Amino acid sequence: MRDILGTNVSRRAVLGAGVAGASLIAMPAVLRAQEKSLKIGAYGGYFKDSFDKNIFPEFTKATGIAVESIAEPTGEAWLVQLEQAAKAGQAPADVSMISQVSLLKGQSTDLWAPLDLAKIPNASNLIDHFVNKYPDGRIAGIGAVAWYITLVTNTDVYPEAPTSWAALWDPANADKLGLLALVSNSFLLEVTAKTFFGGTNALDTEEGQLKAFEKLAEVKPNVRLWYRDEAQFEQSLKSGEIPMGQYYHDVTGLAAADGNPVRSTFPKEGGIMDAGSWAVTRASTKLEEAHVFIDYMSQPAIQAVLSRKVGTAPTVKRDLLDLTAEEFAAVSSDIEPIIPRYDLYQTKSDWLNQKWTEMIAG
Amino acid sequence: MRREPPQKFSDYGPLLFPAGMLIVFFVVPFTTMIAVSFFRRNPAGFYSPDFVFDNYARFLSLFFGKVLGFSLGLAVAVAVCCVVLALPFTYLLARSKRRTQVFWLVALLSVLSLSEVIIGFAWSTLFSRTAGITNLLVTLGLMQEAVALNPSFGAVLTAMVYQALPYTVLVLYPALVRLDPTLTEAARTLGASPLKAFFTVVVPALRNTIIATLIMVFIFALGSYLLPQILGRPQHWTLSVLITDQAIYQSNMPFAAAMAVFLVLVTLGLVALTVYAGRKGEAA
Repeated sequence: MRDILGTNVSRRAVLGAGVAGASLIAMPAVLRAQEKSLKIGAYGGYFKDSFDKNIFPEFTKATGIAVESIAEPTGEAWLVQLEQAAKAGQAPADVSMISQVSLLKGQSTDLWAPLDLAKIPNASNLIDHFVNKYPDGRIAGIGAVAWYITLVTNTDVYPEAPTSWAALWDPANADKLGLLALVSNSFLLEVTAKTFFGGTNALDTEEGQLKAFEKLAEVKPNVRLWYRDEAQFEQSLKSGEIPMGQYYHDVTGLAAADGNPVRSTFPKEGGIMDAGSWAVTRASTKLEEAHVFIDYMSQPAIQAVLSRKVGTAPTVKRDLLDLTAEEFAAVSSDIEPIIPRYDLYQTKSDWLNQKWTEMIAG
Repeated sequence: MRREPPQKFSDYGPLLFPAGMLIVFFVVPFTTMIAVSFFRRNPAGFYSPDFVFDNYARFLSLFFGKVLGFSLGLAVAVAVCCVVLALPFTYLLARSKRRTQVFWLVALLSVLSLSEVIIGFAWSTLFSRTAGITNLLVTLGLMQEAVALNPSFGAVLTAMVYQALPYTVLVLYPALVRLDPTLTEAARTLGASPLKAFFTVVVPALRNTIIATLIMVFIFALGSYLLPQILGRPQHWTLSVLITDQAIYQSNMPFAAAMAVFLVLVTLGLVALTVYAGRKGEAA
């Protein structure tokens, strides 16, 4: 799943999107038959398939709105397409699942149609930071799904689970770590700030960011692999070749359930919580239907279905959910998460990227 | 067959197709890339048409200079290794029986059917501590314990040579097959050992072919971005890796385009230099 949820665009995802797009063009007649319809973009592959199977049919049954699901590429490619289509007054999808950084970048050009919370009563169920706002307070997006990046270990090599992100800095772990290769998808600056400087607020100033970079540079001798491709790390983690690192909580859980000697630990500083949001392009003429859909998706019951069937962490508050403790632990944790500083990746992305690359490759 | 220079405009007709292909698949994309490399980057969003030198200015730093230097050095190393390995091999192959030749050529062609991803993952397994070739050496009693051979420069170089070697052999093969065997026979008759005949007769006779092959492998290796990522440490990442990062992950097209243009220009410059030096050497 992470191949699709993550920020990397694999050739397979692009091909998948192409094939799915072509098949949609081939069968529009079926969808036109119904009166109300909505085009919804979801990451192509596992994610779109799960939604097609578990979510969209039920939604149509409940509301009478037909869904045409669009496979969207991950990364920022979809944002670029929506932006260019909107300039021409076109909407390749009415509602799209959008990464937090893309959502912010779209705000800079007013790409997202402002949402009306009065028409989304279920939005009150959401954890506060899952309501994305324009600087002037208009609503740009609503949290769709969330997922965690945690500290993972090979149980053969580490009989005891580590308890803190500080384990990444432990000299005993020299040349044993696998970490994500990009500043904007590893969120290690936030991890450093939370673990050593009291919280992600320490990254508010350039001075604080440089301090975090300096501290993070101490990790370098421990890192065996800076990965862009998840399969590369997952395989090495399972075999014990690279026995520790950061990885996706849900996928690690699935691997452990398959009998692999791996475990995912929420460190005491919290797991990294990343998320996708629903947003509506300003070119869409289906704003009413879009509100109905977003409201439907914000129900605790639907979020519980997503956790059980798709493996995502809920975006609504824990106490509203009927998930058992075990089901909840499979996708989330009660430990306060580390929320990435998405604002930095919008305002200072080039600077951070340059510093990061110089740090790891220098 | 009589050959004469084209007389009328319509005589140039057959050129239209290749010219068209060249325009559609090279001139247009490359021009677009050059244009984009001067566009203005908006870090909070996308980019806007403009004419600024910021993207090139950002590239002109010690850091990118080092990355460029490493990329060029790696490509040269791959080219040299490939030619050094492939030349004696192809020479012997061209002199062996037809059946042997066919067998080897088919084997080499089948390596070409492997994608870069498969080659990368296969080598990373072979170089791993848990399942790699060092386990074999331990079993044979040659090593104390299994070690990981990647990530390292050697791993990157090995995989890239593996990937480029079939091309090298296939480029050298026609020239070596056509090489007049009486040349070496004459050298042998005059008392040269087979080794001496190879270095004093075969290699100089193939001078231009060897230079052309070096250039081809060099350019081929310069574009590699997957193998350095899979098998190398960050300091072994080539400029192509950083271009991909900028284009795909940072959506910074202007900077990616500027880096790509720079890489193309440096490459063309080096190739021109090699060809020029080759000509001069020939004249002397």
